[in-house]
Amino acid sequence: MKFIIAIIKPFKLDEVREALSGLGVAGMTVSEVKGFGRQKGQTEIYRGAEYSVNMLPKVKLEIAVSDELMPKVVESIQQTASTESIGDGKIFVLDLASTTRIRTGETDETAL
Amino acid sequence: MKNIMKLGVPALAALAIAEPAFAQEAAADAVSGGTAYIFNTLLFLIGGFLVMFMAAGFAMLEAGLVRSKNVSMQCLKNIALYSIAGIMFWVTGYSLMYVDVSGFIGTFGPYSMQEVGGADLETGYSTASDWFFQMVFCAATASIVSGTVAERVKLWPFLIFTAVLTGIFYPITGSWQWGGGWLSEMGFSDFAGSTIVHSVGGWAALAGALIIGPRLGRYADGKVNVFPGSNIPLATLGTFILWLGWFGFNGASQLAMGTVGDVSDVSKIFVNTNMAAAGGVVAVVILTQLLYKKIDVTMALNGALAGLVSITAEPLAPSVGLSIVIGAIGGAIVVFAVPLLDKLKIDDVVGAIPVHLLAGIWGTFIVPLSNDGASYGTQLIGIAAYGVFTFVAAGIVWFILKMVMGLRPSEEDEMSGLDKAEVGVEAYPEFVNG
Repeated sequence: MKFIIAIIKPFKLDEVREALSGLGVAGMTVSEVKGFGRQKGQTEIYRGAEYSVNMLPKVKLEIAVSDELMPKVVESIQQTASTESIGDGKIFVLDLASTTRIRTGETDETAL
Repeated sequence: MKNIMKLGVPALAALAIAEPAFAQEAAADAVSGGTAYIFNTLLFLIGGFLVMFMAAGFAMLEAGLVRSKNVSMQCLKNIALYSIAGIMFWVTGYSLMYVDVSGFIGTFGPYSMQEVGGADLETGYSTASDWFFQMVFCAATASIVSGTVAERVKLWPFLIFTAVLTGIFYPITGSWQWGGGWLSEMGFSDFAGSTIVHSVGGWAALAGALIIGPRLGRYADGKVNVFPGSNIPLATLGTFILWLGWFGFNGASQLAMGTVGDVSDVSKIFVNTNMAAAGGVVAVVILTQLLYKKIDVTMALNGALAGLVSITAEPLAPSVGLSIVIGAIGGAIVVFAVPLLDKLKIDDVVGAIPVHLLAGIWGTFIVPLSNDGASYGTQLIGIAAYGVFTFVAAGIVWFILKMVMGLRPSEEDEMSGLDKAEVGVEAYPEFVNG
């Protein structure tokens, strides 16, 4: 099992979710996050004074998938979330040690 | 808003000079004493509750422009200052402002209302309606201060300052003009209080901002650190509420509704008041687009209020076009004064100093352009008199409070927010504090 963490642009969330549902991804956890990467921040202006926002709002997806599904999911996120401009985000993949469905106690692949 | 009864006769006399034909018609349509009493009183009550609701406008504007960690505190300050202003205006305020004014000050003591069912037809309106109307103006003055000194002054010294401002300072200076004192005898003209209410609040706020100092980290390493407001929709709602309340503020300052002439004047004041605010907004939208390439929404909100303050000294005489221009210049003042205050390291969280003090001065100064009864020299004397008295008196009180009990919370409390430190309830408990 793999655990995928993807940081994407907020307005891309619906598109990514639809694409992943099409692949058979059964669930995901989404959070609003802030951070920076190569995009750094951006300069804004408030009441005549410039200031830099160095943490930009992004959406973080957390998805647990089987080993077979992982490459398709990563590819799908990469393609749907891309705008080909800086600040599109990143995808991280981690090994997942175990999964338990709380309702039934099922574990690992059957719990995904 | 002079506390002088304006029943039919003087208003009709004025009309007779301008438009003889209309005046005759108006004379026929002037209502009798008892009915005029009712209409005048209604004007005070309707205007009064509109101005009362401006307290909500100030509260929402300020709640939106402070950081989320200080929103509860700002709401608490606003409802507390409104209440204290009302009590103090009864305890000493009204009598100091209106009862047996010597020229510089009225008399000390609480004000007594009419008995139940009583009516004094000679005044032309219910005295309680007048008291209520004047009280809400006094409260507006105190509201101005809270916005400027937000996020860095402890509750109790702020409330004590509010009590002194509303119970003593505002009424004393108010008596000079609206109480029939020395400035009114000199011919100073301030219809609904560009100076008497707004600049006075602005001067008290400026004295506070200077003595309290800026918010921690606001001006550090030679640059201006921006603390964006936490809720633009609330600030916008607050501005619209203030705009609505201003129809009572300016419109009911006609003080009489017993003749067709007065009712027409109230209506014209509504139009001019609205157009000045509109002019203020449009000026800010255009100027911030040109200067910053982006349109600053909080300054646009300030622009509406600056337009309103600018027209308050003379909302009746100007043409609609001139009202728009007067308001637009008020808006322009905001665009240039906000960064200027930052350069001077005067931290004005909501922009009350440009809006109320500077636009108030502008509006008062420009009265003679449309009102032949006023002169620039007397306007300047009035502006200076209010400025010197209020700035010095307010400064002394802020300074004493600083020495006796301290004005600021500890650095740690200020950093973690006054909601946590003093109120104990966060306005947005589910959010991370910014």
